[in-house]
Amino acid sequence: MVVRMPSTTVTTGLPQRLLRNLSRVTGDEKHDAAAHSTLDVLWVLYSRVLRLTPESGRDRFLLSKGHGPASYYAVLATIGVIPEEWLDDLAGFSSPLGHHPDRMLVPGVEISSGSLGHGLPIAVGLAHGVALAPRAAGSGDVHVLVGDAELDEGSNHEAIALAGRWRLDRLRCVVVDNDSASLGWPGGIARRFEVEGWSSAHADAADHGALHRALTQPATGPHVTVVRTARKGS
Amino acid sequence: MRQRFYDTIADVLATDPQAALVLADIGPVGLGRGTAVAQRVVNVGIREQAMIGVASGLAMAGLRPFVHSYAPFLIERPYEQIKLDLSHQGQAAVLVSIGASFDAASEGRTHQSPADVALIGALPGWSAHTPGHPDEVEALVRAAAASHDSQYLRLSSQANPESFPTDGAVRVLRDGRGPAVLAIGPALAQALLAVEGLDVALAYTSTPLPLDAAGLARLMAGRKRLLVVEPYLEGTTAPEVMAALAGRSARVEFAGVRRAEVRRYGGPADHVRLHGLDAHGIRRRLAGG
Repeated sequence: MVVRMPSTTVTTGLPQRLLRNLSRVTGDEKHDAAAHSTLDVLWVLYSRVLRLTPESGRDRFLLSKGHGPASYYAVLATIGVIPEEWLDDLAGFSSPLGHHPDRMLVPGVEISSGSLGHGLPIAVGLAHGVALAPRAAGSGDVHVLVGDAELDEGSNHEAIALAGRWRLDRLRCVVVDNDSASLGWPGGIARRFEVEGWSSAHADAADHGALHRALTQPATGPHVTVVRTARKGS
Repeated sequence: MRQRFYDTIADVLATDPQAALVLADIGPVGLGRGTAVAQRVVNVGIREQAMIGVASGLAMAGLRPFVHSYAPFLIERPYEQIKLDLSHQGQAAVLVSIGASFDAASEGRTHQSPADVALIGALPGWSAHTPGHPDEVEALVRAAAASHDSQYLRLSSQANPESFPTDGAVRVLRDGRGPAVLAIGPALAQALLAVEGLDVALAYTSTPLPLDAAGLARLMAGRKRLLVVEPYLEGTTAPEVMAALAGRSARVEFAGVRRAEVRRYGGPADHVRLHGLDAHGIRRRLAGG
């Protein structure tokens, strides 16, 4: 299914401006395949799912898989969170945009990432914390994106169990599955979450309508969306 | 010290709605059970990586997390999480350990963490406190709850006979014309015994990081020799001491826990003696001048 939006290409469902911004930032960026694996889901999240205003009650998006952030930067520039001119100097000495994003340098970036397996545990604490904090009323959901290979890191499995035990209604995890885990996930990725009490959904990256439905599927307790994308390197 | 921490944090949690306590099955997991406090006692089970990650998320949500476990499980096991989930994210937490260098002498190497303060000192923006008395623990915990920075509080089962203000100062307890001895945290108890009858100055601090450089410089005015007695890995305090004494001509030595692994059990007092941190060992170091 192709979602038709103003200035949207028929073939990809992505706006021309986003694709232009992506080509501004890529060049010979080292994690090219990984960058593109996240493009569709990031666009659907930022254009149709995340509520970013008012800031105090905003949804939060944590990019745990910080490798190949070209898509992330392109999306942030397209929605006007960062200047498009920044895209022309990826990882330059004076650039705020590195090969891994830094929350202290880039507006809209909720966590600094790069080392794998950190985003999901932080997201668990954040989702738990926004419900506990004195000003919890009106706070939004916490979305976190991880990669299928990133799930190799054991820290994720500590977090998956905790989120399930704590029934974190505000926590929504996206696993971008480009089949890059060296030893695979026999039986499927979603099962690792389901056994801990998460609800799950699947969608193809190119099907933005299905992506939107999966990402916003009502859930009690934490929810995971496994997004199938082209295999790494293909 | 451990019990005083539990009593104090219980009071902090009851009076400060932003305070939270993060545990990994070690410590007062049942604190506040049946009251509103209990929801801010966050036990993650035996999951130390998540313990720090969760603390980071709680801090992002506006809470003031205290994170508590045995020193090796709090500092060494999730060290990358401390570096990235707290320091690199710009999030602050208070890490409160028990066990110190060899409180758990009978448990063996797995429960001992002489390098913890050195590791924390290698990260930007942290202070480290090594209280020597339960009263100091209470003062430090209350001050940490009221501040917003990252702090490491290293509790020990070893303690000094009396407490001192936890203002971070290098406090001169005893004057003398000879060398100066700077005792850090619980190392003071044996240092007090060691200097009896000697013409040396004795100073104390419960805050090795940041060290009170001006206070140390005053202590060393006109002196040619300093012995720092450290309750953790020998040399941990050296960068702070050397920076404080930059430009001075003085002989500076460090007596602390030695790097070599000691495959012996017994009690903490045995290990204090083994590392030369008992009164006899400290006297011997002083006589070595």
